[in-house]
Amino acid sequence: MIRQAARDFAQRELIQDVIERDYKGIYPAKHIETMRQLGFFGMMVSPEYGGGGMDAISYVMALEEISKIDSSVAVIMSVHNSLVCLGIEKYGSKLQKDKYLHDLTSGKKIGVFLLSEPEAGSDATRQKTLAEDKGDHYLINGTKNWITSANSGSVYMLFAQTYPEKRHKGINALIVDKDSPGISLGPKEDKMGLRSSDTHSVMFTDVKVPKENRIGEDGFGFKLAMALLESGRIGIAAQATGLAAGAYERSLQYAKERKAFGTEIINHQAIAFKLAEMAVKIENARNLVHKAAWLKDQGKDYLLAGSMAKLYAADMAMEVTTDAVQIHGGYGYVREYHVERLMREAKVTQIYEGTSEIQKIVISRALSKGL
Amino acid sequence: MNMKILICISNVPDTTTKIKFVNNNTTFDTNGVQWIINPWDELALTRALELKETIAGAIEKITVINVGTTAAEPTIRKALAIGADDAIRVNAEPKDAFFVAYQIAEAIKNEGSDIIIAGIESSDYNGSTVGGMVAELLGITSVSSVSKIDIEGGNVVVKRDIDGGSEIIGVQLPFVAIIQKGITKEPRIPSMRGIMMARSKPLKVLEPATAKALTEFVNYELPAAKSACKMIDAENMKELVHLLHTEAKVI
Repeated sequence: MIRQAARDFAQRELIQDVIERDYKGIYPAKHIETMRQLGFFGMMVSPEYGGGGMDAISYVMALEEISKIDSSVAVIMSVHNSLVCLGIEKYGSKLQKDKYLHDLTSGKKIGVFLLSEPEAGSDATRQKTLAEDKGDHYLINGTKNWITSANSGSVYMLFAQTYPEKRHKGINALIVDKDSPGISLGPKEDKMGLRSSDTHSVMFTDVKVPKENRIGEDGFGFKLAMALLESGRIGIAAQATGLAAGAYERSLQYAKERKAFGTEIINHQAIAFKLAEMAVKIENARNLVHKAAWLKDQGKDYLLAGSMAKLYAADMAMEVTTDAVQIHGGYGYVREYHVERLMREAKVTQIYEGTSEIQKIVISRALSKGL
Repeated sequence: MNMKILICISNVPDTTTKIKFVNNNTTFDTNGVQWIINPWDELALTRALELKETIAGAIEKITVINVGTTAAEPTIRKALAIGADDAIRVNAEPKDAFFVAYQIAEAIKNEGSDIIIAGIESSDYNGSTVGGMVAELLGITSVSSVSKIDIEGGNVVVKRDIDGGSEIIGVQLPFVAIIQKGITKEPRIPSMRGIMMARSKPLKVLEPATAKALTEFVNYELPAAKSACKMIDAENMKELVHLLHTEAKVI
């Protein structure tokens, strides 16, 4: 029923203006409001804090259906749920939960995750943004990069260095209100895909953050970031699976209708085999995603499964969407048929929340440890 | 006011289902079929929720009723997820329109429903008879082809589309509204919270009353497959006329 609800929402609402929003880079404000009402924000948070109390399996199914149509919306939802809501609910203090979770689960405020920096992407240990300890507050200075929902969101989960000499063990995670004095945004990034979501760099100049906004113990930040990205990967893997499935469904439909050399192109082996391979790849990715989500729901270790799902689903999405454009021929190369957009959207799933290369490091290290 | 609305819901195959028959074309093949709430009934439920939400105190409770086996429960739960307060399922295979109407009438005799809503037809057999039969069996008023239902100053007002216009009717309660599309814009998507809450909303299962089906399905037939389209050059009028005469035999 959850999958169906997400599907109905995506196919009825998101589809209407997805091409225009992508082309012009328009934020999906109207859809975010509907998603707020439907409860897609804070799906997995406990009902005690106004959340849906759902499991990770339900969440990835919803995310997959939304990604079939619009990954810009999916990434806003994924960062909000998998990273920010989870982080505050699981690791935040009672005070932080009471103060922030209700607004996040109701979708009144959108969560933002600020880890990447101009010189700290995959190597997140090299945080240059400083959070100086000033007794009752931290003083923040530095720049964050590639920040999803930087302008539209308002609950910032910021990672910054308090003890540079301790390297990654000196990093803290702080909840920061976007309206705090000293925060300014760079221009909106002109991206290849996900153009309907707003991505900016964020500059912090002498921003004061109360001590009570620190999540966990002093120096817990890096561990928190890694733990959350472990969960975030499942969301991105679901997104990649969804956008590939969206491209596949369109390709199958097209191949049944389009004729060449006197017959529907699905009757040509060159196309039929492509579709068969696409279907198998998508099914594989979906199973990996569901396994990782299931392990998470069971309270078991899902580091390896989540990383495998992210790596496979992202690379698969790139291949499948490329094939989808090929099946559509010239029509695939124009906006109207959606698949070129899905191909652009696929690319970023190999890059953000841990590149494919980083996933291979995570997987091989886990294997060498015998996990 | 505190009215009680009861909505009769049918569990029907998704409208995109590929229809197949088995047992020598006497049985509908339910293999692999996706079941949904009959689209008209879903609109009725959506309209009932709108009334409940927009007019304070007007609607006390919205109940859905279905005549069906346990296989219909996902559809009933969906109605609860969309926002119905509780549900009744009469535990029987829905044999024909009379059987279903009889079961509904028996089951709701003591429910105290003020407005009973039925979709004008169900998208599977399109019989268009259950709503009228329920009203007759209960001895109450029914209004058919209702395209709008409202509560004005505590009174229920319905609009019917008639040839070349529409009529506005004030009705005494209780009554059966047999609604058609247009009653509301589009069916509501259940919220995540609604889906979770639906799991614990009351679903009462009643054993069926003794009733006979009055009709029997003898045989099903699929419509003849559409034949291939023949394209004729726009200039070639002569051939078109020739083919219409000799092949299509329409002129």
